[in-house]
Amino acid sequence: MSRSSDFLRRLFSSWTTALGAVLLFIIVVAAIFGPIVYTVDPFEMLGRPAQLPSARFPLGTDVSGRDILAGILNGARVSLIVGLAASLGATLIGIVIGALSGYFGGLIDDTLMRITDFFLTVPNFVLLLVIVSVFTSTIEVITLAIAFVSWPSVARLVRSEFASHASREYVHACRGLGMSHMEIMGRQILPNVMAPIIVVSSLMVASAILTEAGLSFLGLSDPDIVSWGYMIGVGRTVLRSAWWMAAIPGVMIVLAVLAINLVGEGLNDALNPRMRQR
Amino acid sequence: MAFSIPPFLQFMFRRVLQIIPVVIAIAALNFLLLSLAPGDAADVISANNGGASAEEVQALRESLGLDRPMIVQFFSYMGGVLTLDLGQSYVRGMPVLDLVMSRVPATLLLMVTSLALAVLAGILLGILSSTRYGSLLDRVMSIISLLLYSTPHFWLALMMIVFFSVHLGLLPSGNIATIGGDFSFLGRVWDVFVHLILPAVTMAMFYIAVYMRLMRSSMLEVLDLDYITAARARGASEKKIAYSHAARNALLPVVTLAGVQIGHALGGSVLIETVFGWPGLGRLVYESLLERDTNTLMGILVVSSVLVIVVSLCIDLVCGLLDPRIVHK
Amino acid sequence: MTSLLTVKSLCVGFPGKRGVLPAVEDLDFHIAPGETLAIVGESGSGKSTAALSIPGLLSRSSRPVVSGSVRFEGQEMLNMPDRKLARMRGPDVGMIFQDPSTSLNPVFTIGRQICEPLRTHMGLDARAAEARAIELLELVKVSAPEQRLAQYPHNLSGGMRQRVMIAIALACSPRLLIADEPTTALDVTVQAQVLRLISGLQKSLGMAVLLITHDLGVVWETADRVIVMYAGRKVEEGPVRRILSQPSHPYTEGLLRAARKEGRDGFLTEIPGVVPPPHQRPPGCAFEPRCARAIAACRAAVPAIRSTGPGQVAACIRAEEGQPA
Ligand SMILES: Nc1ncnc2c1ncn2[C@@H]1O[C@H](COP(=O)(O)OP(=O)(O)O)[C@@H](O)[C@H]1O
Ligand code: SF4
Ligand SMILES: [Mg+2]
Repeated sequence: MSRSSDFLRRLFSSWTTALGAVLLFIIVVAAIFGPIVYTVDPFEMLGRPAQLPSARFPLGTDVSGRDILAGILNGARVSLIVGLAASLGATLIGIVIGALSGYFGGLIDDTLMRITDFFLTVPNFVLLLVIVSVFTSTIEVITLAIAFVSWPSVARLVRSEFASHASREYVHACRGLGMSHMEIMGRQILPNVMAPIIVVSSLMVASAILTEAGLSFLGLSDPDIVSWGYMIGVGRTVLRSAWWMAAIPGVMIVLAVLAINLVGEGLNDALNPRMRQR
Repeated sequence: MAFSIPPFLQFMFRRVLQIIPVVIAIAALNFLLLSLAPGDAADVISANNGGASAEEVQALRESLGLDRPMIVQFFSYMGGVLTLDLGQSYVRGMPVLDLVMSRVPATLLLMVTSLALAVLAGILLGILSSTRYGSLLDRVMSIISLLLYSTPHFWLALMMIVFFSVHLGLLPSGNIATIGGDFSFLGRVWDVFVHLILPAVTMAMFYIAVYMRLMRSSMLEVLDLDYITAARARGASEKKIAYSHAARNALLPVVTLAGVQIGHALGGSVLIETVFGWPGLGRLVYESLLERDTNTLMGILVVSSVLVIVVSLCIDLVCGLLDPRIVHK
Repeated sequence: MTSLLTVKSLCVGFPGKRGVLPAVEDLDFHIAPGETLAIVGESGSGKSTAALSIPGLLSRSSRPVVSGSVRFEGQEMLNMPDRKLARMRGPDVGMIFQDPSTSLNPVFTIGRQICEPLRTHMGLDARAAEARAIELLELVKVSAPEQRLAQYPHNLSGGMRQRVMIAIALACSPRLLIADEPTTALDVTVQAQVLRLISGLQKSLGMAVLLITHDLGVVWETADRVIVMYAGRKVEEGPVRRILSQPSHPYTEGLLRAARKEGRDGFLTEIPGVVPPPHQRPPGCAFEPRCARAIAACRAAVPAIRSTGPGQVAACIRAEEGQPA
């Protein structure tokens, strides 16, 4: 209890983290409850196109007369879900590859790190575009594809953590007690190295959101789903006459990504007190 | 027997050899993706040409060699890639390699300009921030950099266009040069430069934020080391300590990261080039996506990866210049 | 006796979680021109902190809190503006450090680092500075000085690097050289050479030396006077002969006993226990937990410094009683 309250105190000791947490909370609430409370269909043409904000359309309408607020609220869901799921996927892949590599070393390590380096070399947004264009763009494919191109940084981190733990006393002791490699990796080492992994994967949520936005801006997103990037793409066609149409969803992306980055930095400070002096 | 290759050349040679396995791996990955994908090139071509009868598609398939066993197709594809034959762009009717290479210079111009700008500005701002550690300036710069770091650059690009092209009418909003412009040589250079400003600055923004943050923390680390105290002890001024003694050492991680991020920047250039209509590789990616020109996409993947390796080789050389210890390792 | 450096009530603290932790408390000493003063004490006694605070070189990121007075030829050095202080570092006060492998900038050539003070303080141009650098390297007995100039620190051995550090510190002929454990990081065989070099140069150049060490053998050979520090405070001070033959503080006695047991280059590890870190110092005499002669009164207050012999002072309430061994 006191340990967790101490952790929370450290986490929110900086006003920037607190700001990030508040922002994130608002966005999450809007994503969960927004579409339930504000039930307007984001795909339906409801009025004249390109209207300025009014009582009926709080953020105005887009080029096809669709309600921008409805799009923003539904887009929040897409951004957060894709961001979270892709980061989770990348983290899982990264943990498996990094753990095997760092724990066993040798040939396994060499092979896996070659593969990791390969993924770090290939421009991953281009690879992502190729993957998405080859398959049908559904939200599941997009999420998996983002995870598939994002895991190497996690794998690198996990590898170095596991490698440094693999030679430690307690790991030898566990071997002596007859624990299997799997048990040692999963039950003993992993909990010890979770802190930096949490930091990296929370920051990865932010970059996954940016990546998804880029994809849907290019028109490669799931055609059945409204997302912020897609809305910017739509707004782009009338940039000269109605710049706010592209501006509004962009501001949302900035706020969401900023909130996650702020919280991620706070987590980093709170979980790695050594680095805190900086 | 007495003949020996200098270590420097050995190093270069090893690095250049590294390109081969990467190219093989990409070719294999490409092939895997193609075989997993629903439909094949014959379907795409006929669909692009407004549909065709089943017999026509089958004939096309045979002429493209798509009816051969998978393994045969695999080796023929690999053989092609290794002899620099990236196949034909079925949509544009020209060799993929020619098409891709024709777009490389524009992309290089954009990337080199924006990354150089980002490294330079990021480093200077990072030094400034670290020497004023904890001050108001330091905090404001940290917040601005985090904000830039959180901004999707394709959106920033649009907003820059709105402000500088539409609102102020200062800068062109797209393309690499004025279409049909009739200029002298210097006039053409100036014209390209003017067109380069917005895309390069937009792209640099994100990386300025990244490098500034890294340079700042790297500087703070270095400024605490013994040889900095020793430099102070012999009367070096604070300015000299920051900009010469510390910066030179703090630079290494920044330059290394810049090398690692070339791939990231190439990916980002797809969006930037699309927004600004910059006729480079990134724009070609977008066009090929729209045209479902899979062969070209795959070719871009191969060429851009090779580009990443070559650039990171150059970065390694720069690191060797910055840190005398590296060459001797 | 005129004084080159006068330190009065010097206190240095480092802000920590529980307030400012004192690393040096109420330190007084002076150094005459040409004199060698040694500061001895176990690791953690505050020797380096005291030495670094003289030319204002304490690590900035740890935000040290410094008070008291440090006067060089009557000029107050604490709170002196950076620019002015920088002009004194080199021509007035030179410094060499414990670890020569980390004290040289790894990405600059030896030549560049020796020439730096010559060019900033003496206004020499590149060629003159280079010529002088070669002379300096000869002075500190570095072989093949011309070639060294173009080399990097990683090309040199530890002993060579420390010689280079000495050459840099001597470049502007300082009147005070501060040497913070200049031989601790070196091979035993090289230690004696480097020490002999420092004391030889001191005599020929007539500079004062503040020598920090935990090796009493070194003190015996090189110093005129000694200060013994314990837990951030001066516990004893006096002429070398007197301190080493008739110490009045039990801590000094302990150091001597340990050194004799271990022979000439003995390290001071024989007294049971360790120096308490700043946040665990007992009230009263800080040595009390480790002191064989401690009595109840030792815990009451920090013992005052009192005269215990000619030129000798000590901070122990039982100093006059029981003659030391
Ligand atoms: N930069 C610093 N920040 C915090 N504490 C310090 C710092 N430098 C020294 N100290 C503390 O001050 C005390 C004295 O250290 P030091 O001067 O290095 O002793 P010595 O040189 O005698 O071994 C130690 O307890 C050390 O922990
Ligand atoms: S004051 Fe007491 S405890 Fe301290 S050294 Fe003297 S006798 Fe020992
Ligand atoms: Mg010390």
